[in-house]
Amino acid sequence: MMHPLRKKRMQLICLGILGIGVALALILTAFEKNLMYFYSPSEIHAGDAPAKRPFRIGGMVVEGSVVRQAESLGVWFNLTDTANEQMVYFEGILPDLFREGQGIVAKGQMNESGLFIASEVLAKHDENYMPPEVAEALENVSHNSEVD
Amino acid sequence: MIPEIGHYALVLALSVAALQAAVPMIGARMGADNLMMLAKPLARAQFLLIATSFITLIISFVLTDLTVSYVVANSNSTLPLFYRISAVWGAHEGSLLLWVLILSAWTFALTLFDKPLPLKLNADIIGILGIISFGFLLFTLFTSNPFDRVIPPPQSGRDLNPLLQDFGLIVHPPMLYMGYVGFAVPFAFAVAGLLNNQINSAWAKWVRPWTLIAWAFLGLGIALGSWWAYYELGWGGWWFWDPVENASFMPWLLGTALIHSIVVTQKKAIFKHWTVLLAIVTFGLSLVGTFLVRSGVLTSVHAFATDPARGVFILMFLAIVIGGALLVFTFYKPDAAQEPHGSVLSRESFLLTNSVLLSVATATVLLGTLYPLMIDALGLGKISVGAPYFNTVFIPLMAPLLILIGLGQRAFWTNDSFRRLSDAAKYPLLATMILALGTWGMIDDTSPIMALFGLVLALWVIFSTLAGQIRHYRSSKKLITPYLGQSISHIGFAITVIGITLVSSYGLEKHLRMSEGETTTFGGYKFRFAGASAISGPNYNGTEAIFLVHSENKFEARLAPQKRNYHSGGQTMTEAGISPGLTRDIYIALGEKINDTDWSVRLNIKPFVRLIWLGAILMAFGAITALGFGNATKTSHQSQKSNQTNTTTKISE
Repeated sequence: MMHPLRKKRMQLICLGILGIGVALALILTAFEKNLMYFYSPSEIHAGDAPAKRPFRIGGMVVEGSVVRQAESLGVWFNLTDTANEQMVYFEGILPDLFREGQGIVAKGQMNESGLFIASEVLAKHDENYMPPEVAEALENVSHNSEVD
Repeated sequence: MIPEIGHYALVLALSVAALQAAVPMIGARMGADNLMMLAKPLARAQFLLIATSFITLIISFVLTDLTVSYVVANSNSTLPLFYRISAVWGAHEGSLLLWVLILSAWTFALTLFDKPLPLKLNADIIGILGIISFGFLLFTLFTSNPFDRVIPPPQSGRDLNPLLQDFGLIVHPPMLYMGYVGFAVPFAFAVAGLLNNQINSAWAKWVRPWTLIAWAFLGLGIALGSWWAYYELGWGGWWFWDPVENASFMPWLLGTALIHSIVVTQKKAIFKHWTVLLAIVTFGLSLVGTFLVRSGVLTSVHAFATDPARGVFILMFLAIVIGGALLVFTFYKPDAAQEPHGSVLSRESFLLTNSVLLSVATATVLLGTLYPLMIDALGLGKISVGAPYFNTVFIPLMAPLLILIGLGQRAFWTNDSFRRLSDAAKYPLLATMILALGTWGMIDDTSPIMALFGLVLALWVIFSTLAGQIRHYRSSKKLITPYLGQSISHIGFAITVIGITLVSSYGLEKHLRMSEGETTTFGGYKFRFAGASAISGPNYNGTEAIFLVHSENKFEARLAPQKRNYHSGGQTMTEAGISPGLTRDIYIALGEKINDTDWSVRLNIKPFVRLIWLGAILMAFGAITALGFGNATKTSHQSQKSNQTNTTTKISE
């Protein structure tokens, strides 16, 4: 027979462990599903990007690459990290600062034909702003070309 | 000349803060009353100096003094007066000054209500607040001085970020900071209480009102931020799990655990370690928030600083303040062994579970916020943790919390039984089921199960709270403000949950292309794009589109969303057209002009979205009610009664 105080403590401890266990399980599954990695056009070109999972892509919108669908809100454009380009398709309203030559980040997934289908396009509210991922991707390219 | 006065006042404030940090605490160690008595004048002098400094910065902005580089970067003479004033805290340097101003204001307020506090405890509290103030003033003066000059001055200033040119932004930062910084007070109480071995019921009673006020302000600040994002960003969203939002949400969550834990410490003199730890960590999270927003590790409309020195400074400060406090905490031994808890089924146990759930929720938000930063710092790649993560983790934690709110507030202290508690719960439960099923059936046959789930939980909290309030009123024959405040806050929380549930389940969004003169039907409404015309404002020009919205048989609204181009900086901004209503918002935002007649347009129907903010206001209002200003007369009666001059009011002992 356990001392009642001890028994109560045990119950509380078990409750605590149970709570933390459930929380951990939730966190790990949610994490696994919702982590999004960032890939530059060069990395996609090299085949590093996942085929079946959403990820983020970033780069500069190539001048003259933006093409609109005639009747809907569909738009195609190319993103570049100065070494490679990746074509992106998006249907919806582009952010205020989306324009050719601007650094942007898009969330989405590759389709079978190698087109990146974006579900969201992000461009920050600043003329001179460059998403840090894009800045780094551009920097990597210039470093590599120096080594070559 | 004026900026120099401000700068000089700030330097003086730093010296006064150093004295405030050192003298009263040294006095407390030596037992020197005269040194401890200096706490009050030093704290007040500091407040006056920082206020002077802040006012001079406002004057520089109002006069658009282009020799001050902070003014040049954030304002210009074409900016309307209100925005010139709010531009003071529109960027890094000024918002830090606001931070220290609010800290000194809280300290000043403490000196007005220090009568009941023991001299030593008070000296330590003011001293600890002095240390925090000293650190932040040092930070302001050395890395982010708003009074730096530019010689020669430029022709004109840049501009306040157009996103920030808005009423919501005039009030959002001060409110938020009142909360953020306000948690410095329970932190100082906690550390001072540890140093004086004075964590007890009386301590909890003293710290409780300060914590409630800070919590109320923080909640209002967060709600204002959410409302601002809703109408100003033009996306129609009210919460994005953006790291900057999380930064303010975490101290609120843990602060919620704190205000509940304090009650247990006050009533039962237990949970002492836990309450103290929560007070320390809640303020720690406020500092983490300041670090996240101010260090430049995050990029968003809130994050302006890109100077790594700033981040390093805040991080070191965080380590010293919170590390020091935790060190004091580890040496703390309560003088008497804690009395044993009551039965497993008791108010205390419910409040303990509340603490666990809220702490775990805070930890999950912290993890999701910091994980990408850690991975990046370790060079393991660039990742982001999206809103789905937070939703998947958060909802399962909030559901049991809602169930337990309903039960916990009906449970007796120390000992309760399943039978009695289920008896208390049966009518509210019945009412919940009837109303939830009725409402749900009415809305739509294909209603998502999540909507029913959220409604049941929220209604359960409302009915259980009302039942508890009625029962409490019957037995005490009057409205006791702490109990009433608690009821209001819980109902407010439930109302927020209803808003979130309904807008997430039944909200509609559509992106489409519309030509002038075109009509489209969406969500039961007819939208007619009547036309677009050029507009010009004080510091921008742009286009305004007119939409006429009709429901089946009547005219609903005339909406005028805008697209603005700001002159300086050349930024483009979307101003949404919103027809607000308690049961629904109709929300239209312009995308871009596709050709001469066509625009891309975003249409949103947001059912009951206002309940989210209404609930938040109620939560804050409940916290203020719980302070018991209405009971002031009763307290004076009580003291008179103890002097045996008045026996008309019966006070239950």
